[in-house]
Amino acid sequence: MKLALKGGRVVDPRNGLDGTMDVLIEEGKIVAIGMDLGGSLGPQDGRVLDVSGKAVLPGLIDMHVHLREPGREDEETIETGTLAAARGGFVAVACMPNTDPPLDTGAAVTFVLSRARETGHVRVLPVGAITKGLAGVELAEVGELRKAGAVAISDDGHPVASSRVMRYAMEYASMFDIPVISHAEDVELSAGGAINEGYWSTRLGLPGIPAAAEEAMVARDILLAELTGARLHIAHVSTAGSVDLVRRAKERGVKVTCEATPHHFTLTDAATAGYDANTKVNPPLRTERDVEALRRGLADGTIDAIASDHAPHTAEEKEVEYELAAFGMIGLETALPLAITELVKTGVLALGQLVERMSYAPARILGLDWPGLVPGAPANITVVDPDASFTVDPSTFASLSRNTPFGGRRLFGRVFATVVAKEGSVEIWTAPEDAARS
Amino acid sequence: MLPAPGSGCRRLRPGLSGPREDVKQRGKDGMPLRHKDLLGLEYLEREEIELILDTAVPMKEIFTREIKKLPTLRGKTMVNLFYEPSTRTRTSFELAGKWMSADVTNIATSTSSVVKGENLKDTARTLAALGANFIVIRHQMAGAPHLVARTVTASVINAGDGRHEHPTQALLDLFTIRERLGRIEGLKVAIVGDILHSRVARSNIWGLTKLGAHVTVCGPRTLIPPEISGMGVEVTCDLDEALADADVVNVLRLQLERQRKGLFPSIREYSEMYGLTRKRVEKCKRGVLILHPGPANLGVEITEEVAESQNAAIHGQVTNGIACRMAVLYLLSGGGKPSEVSA
Repeated sequence: MKLALKGGRVVDPRNGLDGTMDVLIEEGKIVAIGMDLGGSLGPQDGRVLDVSGKAVLPGLIDMHVHLREPGREDEETIETGTLAAARGGFVAVACMPNTDPPLDTGAAVTFVLSRARETGHVRVLPVGAITKGLAGVELAEVGELRKAGAVAISDDGHPVASSRVMRYAMEYASMFDIPVISHAEDVELSAGGAINEGYWSTRLGLPGIPAAAEEAMVARDILLAELTGARLHIAHVSTAGSVDLVRRAKERGVKVTCEATPHHFTLTDAATAGYDANTKVNPPLRTERDVEALRRGLADGTIDAIASDHAPHTAEEKEVEYELAAFGMIGLETALPLAITELVKTGVLALGQLVERMSYAPARILGLDWPGLVPGAPANITVVDPDASFTVDPSTFASLSRNTPFGGRRLFGRVFATVVAKEGSVEIWTAPEDAARS
Repeated sequence: MLPAPGSGCRRLRPGLSGPREDVKQRGKDGMPLRHKDLLGLEYLEREEIELILDTAVPMKEIFTREIKKLPTLRGKTMVNLFYEPSTRTRTSFELAGKWMSADVTNIATSTSSVVKGENLKDTARTLAALGANFIVIRHQMAGAPHLVARTVTASVINAGDGRHEHPTQALLDLFTIRERLGRIEGLKVAIVGDILHSRVARSNIWGLTKLGAHVTVCGPRTLIPPEISGMGVEVTCDLDEALADADVVNVLRLQLERQRKGLFPSIREYSEMYGLTRKRVEKCKRGVLILHPGPANLGVEITEEVAESQNAAIHGQVTNGIACRMAVLYLLSGGGKPSEVSA
């Protein structure tokens, strides 16, 4: 079975590609990239996708999602979450360990990988727990987690409050050369908070979460990375201060990377004004100044990666008093369009830089072999039309959950196809025809 | 006699949304309030606030009557849904409803049921199914009345939501100021105490600034919320500075448990620095008006001597509260402008 992507704009900065070319795929691998290759392919030889006018990119990776399986299959499953990923243009997702039970054992990681093989639509990269039961007390069996296939460790959702435990986690993880992903939050400062502490928390009378709750932990973890020499990755940085701390740490050679989410570089805390709990997220939506700092950090590379922090919740968990509502919003099906609309269309990032932030950087941080668009490489490819706009309609999402504040928003960047390399073949998701016409 | 309000409950839009369709058609002159709900003074125009205050004047005259009864809300049902203990606000709403001939029911729900996960939307739908035309809600969490307003077509009146707003308290404060000092525009008003946790402070700030008063908030730094100056007020931690040229001082109740949470070192020091004493009042402008939403911790934020003095209007506030709540019920039920009200 062959596949030809015909006439798209191939953009791959690592391989020096930016131009109209065809991509030829066979048995799950890219076999050729060049001008007019598709012409040699007859209809009986395989499938030809006309992708003219669209961007053909190395497959995107979302390095921070919650698939909720095992334990909360009413919110999301590996099957629905990975279909949402494919629809959103992602060929791989790293899933966080705060499931029930948590991914704190090799067996749990093995379970997720086997479910992903049976039901998944894109590659699933499990993130193991830092501590047993995500309790922040005893280290999980990181060696077992690694052996089972974990690509990183994190207690995401919970910070590791103890500096001593975090220090040991970093030292221990460095034996396996996997990153420790920090959910940076000082719970003493954030406790009880619902939105960013500032004008809007004052006006709405909602308890605030100060920027310092995040920054204090970012600073601590940077110091511990410096002490231990371990690889530290800061999840979902949301404040100008965090960006600044990471920038200065990188300047002095600390092995630190970080990610930002589309909602944090798009929305401010003003979005919480109507008490819509779909705007409740942790870390909270911040100020205009923070949004600007995130955009600058993405432009200059201080922020390595864009990740969605896709966090599905049921309506019952969201349609309650704001302070009682669960934190989190879904993002797999809006992340790439938001990045294109808010960063590429506004001139913050060139398309090639977006490929760095959404494909190469996550691959590098998670230690994946990621050759990009070259003959012989696995066919992991995202095809998106950056100039096609659409209106976000959560009722059409593949995700089981609907908790997004972006419903009704007009966005550029319609995903046209996602090609995922499997053993000796590819799985292709393509946009439905009716959507393509609208 | 007050005219009967507009028939039926055609009101559909929650308080946060745009003007009601019928309002747009009839123009501002014909229909008093733009929203079906009263969720906060934040959402009202200056003219709407003034209309409520004007309407409360004839309502207050009903107090002097032997039979305190108007037929205005006959056949209407009002539910007081209180998730926090309250005596004066709940009683005030209850009397306001009863004097206007509404059928009034009180539901007191303990804090624990919220924690247990009782679903507010479900409760709201149940009340709507029981035929409630007005839902008066007191809740410990900001935005809870908004959730109810989005869920039902009944008129929702916020009787205090967390730290957010307590609009009818601010309306009665405004009414009392106007009654005692004759105006609000241009007055200097100091709000003193625990601003951080105070819905009374926030509603007063909206109401006072919309009506043209100059507001200063004063309290210990730990009880002043961040960036409150963005709401158009001055901020000081020095009580004497706040009192210096104030025409009105609104003293907030100090929740004594805040001290245990470490927000200030002791009641003694708080009282010393922020308590309103005769000595401090003597340094104020002559005729300074002193308000307190009650119940007061006498000897903590205000001495009994000051609370019972000629300058204080604390007991007058309580009666004015009923009049303002009657005005709100009247206007939300579709009643016309005050010129139509002949008490």
